[in-house]
Amino acid sequence: MSVINQFTASFTTSRPGMPLRSLLAVAVAAAGMSAGAAQAETLNIVSWGGAYTDSQNKAYHEPWEEKSGDTVVNIDKSSNALSGLRAQVQAGNVTWDLVDMLPSDALIACSEGLIEPLDPDTLFAAAPDGTPASEDFIENSLSECFVPQIVYSNIVAFNTEMFPEDKQPDSIDDVFNLEEFPGKRALQKKPINNMEWALVADGVAPEDVYEMLDSEEGIERAFAKLDTIKDSVIWWEEGAQPPQLLADKEVAFASAYNGRIFDAEVNEKQPFSIVWDAQVFELDGWVVPTGKLDKVKDYLMFATDTQRLADQAKYISYGPARTSSAALVSTHADTGIDMKPHMPTYGPNFETAIPKDDEFWADNLDELSQRFNAWLAR
Amino acid sequence: MSDSSAPATSGSAAHDPTGAPGAALTTADGVPLKQSLNRAIRRSRIKALLLVAPLLVFIGLAFVMPIFDMLSRSVDNPEVSTYLPRTSEVLVDWDGEGLPEEAAYAALAQDLAAGLKARNLGRVASRLNYEKSGMRSLFMKSARRAGRMEAPYKAALIKADEDWEDPDIWRLIKRESSPLTASYYLAAVDRQFSPTGEIVEKPEYLQIHVSLFIRTFWMSAAITGLCLLLAYPVAWLLATLPASRGNLLMILVLLPFWTSLLVRTTTWIAILQQQGVLNDMLVGVGILAEEARIQMIYNKTGTIIAMTHILLPFMILPLYSVMKTIPPSYMHAARSLGAGPITAFRRVYFPQTLPGIGAGSILVFILSIGYYITPALVGGQSGRFITNFIAYHMQTSLNWGLAAAIGSILLVVVILFYLVYNRLIGVDKVKLG
Repeated sequence: MSVINQFTASFTTSRPGMPLRSLLAVAVAAAGMSAGAAQAETLNIVSWGGAYTDSQNKAYHEPWEEKSGDTVVNIDKSSNALSGLRAQVQAGNVTWDLVDMLPSDALIACSEGLIEPLDPDTLFAAAPDGTPASEDFIENSLSECFVPQIVYSNIVAFNTEMFPEDKQPDSIDDVFNLEEFPGKRALQKKPINNMEWALVADGVAPEDVYEMLDSEEGIERAFAKLDTIKDSVIWWEEGAQPPQLLADKEVAFASAYNGRIFDAEVNEKQPFSIVWDAQVFELDGWVVPTGKLDKVKDYLMFATDTQRLADQAKYISYGPARTSSAALVSTHADTGIDMKPHMPTYGPNFETAIPKDDEFWADNLDELSQRFNAWLAR
Repeated sequence: MSDSSAPATSGSAAHDPTGAPGAALTTADGVPLKQSLNRAIRRSRIKALLLVAPLLVFIGLAFVMPIFDMLSRSVDNPEVSTYLPRTSEVLVDWDGEGLPEEAAYAALAQDLAAGLKARNLGRVASRLNYEKSGMRSLFMKSARRAGRMEAPYKAALIKADEDWEDPDIWRLIKRESSPLTASYYLAAVDRQFSPTGEIVEKPEYLQIHVSLFIRTFWMSAAITGLCLLLAYPVAWLLATLPASRGNLLMILVLLPFWTSLLVRTTTWIAILQQQGVLNDMLVGVGILAEEARIQMIYNKTGTIIAMTHILLPFMILPLYSVMKTIPPSYMHAARSLGAGPITAFRRVYFPQTLPGIGAGSILVFILSIGYYITPALVGGQSGRFITNFIAYHMQTSLNWGLAAAIGSILLVVVILFYLVYNRLIGVDKVKLG
């Protein structure tokens, strides 16, 4: 009897009791997990994809994931970053947390209120020797809403097997010289860089290029020069295309980002070489979509410090944007080759370099793109 | 549709006899029959409406609203009036002659400083830069100094940038301060406003859209014609073969129809490119020399071949469904009455397939002028459609108003074609299988 009583008693009391307790336990565990989740977040980071995102993964994302427990999701949308930001802000649903962007686009996004202003000295770490961030980044490279990571360069590269060994191209003139250097050219389908190169090949000094382009005469001169090779040009749109076209020997020359050519040269052992003459260099860096600053603050502090910027240069031949990082740039992580001669800023490479004029292109890109497209369609 | 119309017609049929004077019929519970019937009809109509309501809501949200939104974007022009409120108000009273008064300069200086602070000045700068290159930096540069400016503002602004002494810039601001604009539509047809407000052609080196519209239309017409030529015999074969073999042939038609568009397009790249299958074969059998390989893709030829293949089923199926209903005895009768095969085809068979030809042609034509991915992949420079420029303005130039204007023009053209078709053949005759 008592046994039965005990049994039923334990049955009736423990039956509702047990789930309650386990429910509590589950709730406590869930609370603990969500408290943990408040720290370990998922960061949607927009970048350029390919070799460039790989270098960011190794230099920034993976160390950060290990350190913080956050998860980084890479989105390869930087080529349409400005339109993406506009669309997301207009729709009131911003899903990107951090965006890798060109400074010219960042200027526009900033003036439209799409991205957060960034105060360098509170948001970015000082250099190891104590120099504040605002003085450590390359002069004039920080802007109101933009923090640079790298200096990269638009260059023309060629496949060394396409030309005799004693006659390899070495200047931008050679790219426009179909007689001595025959073969197709792959150029990016936009006026930027192509117009600058056309003028330099037509005899304009690199430092006078933008002054020339600001006149009707200069524009006509650039298009006239481009006309001379128009029939031999294949136009590319994605950064991954030029190395592929060169490797397939579809083209003899291809304009490209210097890091992609380096990646193909070193990691895939392609017989590529770069014409550094008249390289058009610019910065590339981070912007924070409006309202996302709190979420990415810690990551940004980490990813823009001296060591991290220097680390990225172990994987891709882009120059770090901090002065203090330059001294730490050493050798390629996998092959151990010296990175310095592959950097756009390396002395001999830099002699005839053209700094991309963001303001000129912010003003003239609309009209020159239209003109460029009309020229292409003719 | 047929659900809701069915009770309506039966209702009106029942309605007529009760309309006779003095015949006030009632139902069992004493309600006049007419009233009771009406109630029943109303109830079934509401039921039918409720049944289709989810679909209507879905169409409204996913189809009508986006189209309306797109149409409104092509004329919507809120930037100047929203972000330069004081300036646009002062400019209302300006007659557009010479330079505006000090009040306009003062208002502008205030607007610039406020816009820079609120970080929305870039929107109006981007908007005006579409109309005139250089407006972006003029605005951003002047705005950075506007906060420290003091009266007289006219002199201060002109000192900041002498472009403020240009009446054309003020006329542009005045023109674009109205909440609706025709600029996007003008740009879509390669026109623009001159500084004095007349509509003029853009300089030749900036003209691109009209030629693309024309190219889109003639290439779509060519694709439609090729589809018709190829589809007609196939459809005839499908309709006349015995069922077993006809079904096999039908599967051959439908199989590519079910294959992904991208797969079919990239297959054409593999076949047609210079190092591709077809060129290899031609060189292999000695028809072509190695260096004379034909460029068959990344140009108009590529677009026409690939799109004809992709759209072919849309022509075959309507033709087939019409041909299936034509009894073979008609042709037999024509032949036995003395018509030759050509005459019999021309006067007896062909006229009966006209609804199928109409349906297939209108379908293929409308689909092809809106085609985007195939021309982008295989069209190169010369085989691109106007749709590729809509994508360009959406994603690259970010001029969404212009993209909307081009899109609206395409929409209007499609509707016109539809109306003409309806007038000539009648949409109720369309059979899609």
